[in-house]
Amino acid sequence: MSNRYWNEYQKEIADDHYFYERSCIRQTFFPGSEAAFLSILRNELGKDICDNPHQHTCTGIGYHSDVVPFNTTMTVVARLFSLMTECGYHNYVPSCVTSFGVFSEVIAKWKESPELKEQARQFLWDACKREFEVPDNIAHPSDIIYKFRFDLKPKMRYRLINRFTGKPLRVVEHIGCHYAKIFPNIGIGNAEFPYVLAGMIEAWDGEVVDYPERRHCCGFGFRQYLVRENRGYSIANTKKKFESMEPYEPDFIVANCPGCAMFLDKWQYTIAEMEHKTYDKEGYGIPVLTYEELTGLLLGYDPWKLGLQLHQVQCERLLDKIGITYNPSEKYKGVSGRINPSPAKPDCLRV
Amino acid sequence: MENILDYLRQDVRFEESLKACMNCGVCTAVCPAAEFYDYDPRRICELVQRGDEREIEELLKSDTIWYCGQCMSCKPRCPRGNVPGELISVLRKASQELGYFRMSEKGRQQVFLMRTIERNILDIGYCVYPDRVDPEQHPEQGPIWTWYIKHIADIAPKLGANYHGSGPGALRDIPKEDLEEVHRIFEVTGGIKLKNIVDNE
Repeated sequence: MSNRYWNEYQKEIADDHYFYERSCIRQTFFPGSEAAFLSILRNELGKDICDNPHQHTCTGIGYHSDVVPFNTTMTVVARLFSLMTECGYHNYVPSCVTSFGVFSEVIAKWKESPELKEQARQFLWDACKREFEVPDNIAHPSDIIYKFRFDLKPKMRYRLINRFTGKPLRVVEHIGCHYAKIFPNIGIGNAEFPYVLAGMIEAWDGEVVDYPERRHCCGFGFRQYLVRENRGYSIANTKKKFESMEPYEPDFIVANCPGCAMFLDKWQYTIAEMEHKTYDKEGYGIPVLTYEELTGLLLGYDPWKLGLQLHQVQCERLLDKIGITYNPSEKYKGVSGRINPSPAKPDCLRV
Repeated sequence: MENILDYLRQDVRFEESLKACMNCGVCTAVCPAAEFYDYDPRRICELVQRGDEREIEELLKSDTIWYCGQCMSCKPRCPRGNVPGELISVLRKASQELGYFRMSEKGRQQVFLMRTIERNILDIGYCVYPDRVDPEQHPEQGPIWTWYIKHIADIAPKLGANYHGSGPGALRDIPKEDLEEVHRIFEVTGGIKLKNIVDNE
């Protein structure tokens, strides 16, 4: 594709001075990833990013589960914008892909119907006596890592090369649906050629796996997972992706949405226990990383401070392939200095 | 009550989500829910567009509207700029406000969602929080989750989290004054009203 056309698939990403909004899902399942992102921005790239203690959920999971009305969600979003305004920032960076979609939807609705924005102002004033400005720029943190991928590369201790074979590692990249399917022009590469993760992989010498169900949903489905009786929907859709990627023998999966990363990890365990089936040849499963974990690992961050011990599919075999050094005895050690007992072993998935 | 179609039109999202469907079925072809359930977003768009009051009422009382997973894969594919996934949100809101959700098994699951996700938001300011992801209710999370929950106070700080702490950071307790503002937003904007309609026991 010529550069002329490719330029149409780019987006503007602010250069510095970000207001960070934490993610309910990422904090819950990958707290180390949020800490790593802030460290990468501040310590590796020298950027300014605000982590405000008065922030809260965007309500996105509740909104898409239909227990929170749009007017409520848009006003909660307005309160988050008021925190940003109060702190003197203009560039909003929501950690969660669901939040990224919610903020983009609210702003799009406000552009289509300016009276709706005025209603949000009135709601927020009535409820909180607060005012807000709309951000100049909204970028997902994966956009920011993508933007600075070549600045980060010289600082990296490792590359995406299999040290045993000398060949590039084969990587499945999974983009959360709400990153670019709702508003294609806010994602790098749009909905058609999402490049935010592929750009990182290629810049860091890995090989992107293209497979038939590359753009299929991870299967979260909000109420389809949150209600236990509905979870068949969720696992069936994830299974469809695993079956599609299996013949390409990926070394690992990376995702920019915290929910996707969690499901792609945990459903491998569930399928292994239910059907004695794994999607690698040795029965360990395919490791799944968040993009913050991937970036942190290549920069030389300690895997056990990034939180890789919280993954059900174990990552040591991947670390060995990359050549990352780690201390196995630190894996289950806590801040107390105590080495906690190891987790129980699954019956079928090898760990 | 006025007719249902007029009721749906009061939702600001309705006009944007259903402009003019030509029934090509691309939305159904790409829909994960259509692969798993007996579900067809093309038929839903066609039905609502047809505007038959009785049919729309039956739809709002059925399981069908609760099958969508809100992935929005339909949006970039529709050649006419419709958003079947967003239309579903409009229908679900109306189904709850009109009390029709009680007439289907999937619809009644909204009570559970109100008592978990919505309650989490109002109680602690998060949709999801580790303490509220019970390993017993989430066997798919595996033994690693059971282990994490058991040792979270020792492990989370190692990962840079501020578990139940004050000030900034992951998993911190959200200050009471901020929770009160969120609660007032729910009161002013209809969030509490919807909660009371759905979970009125």
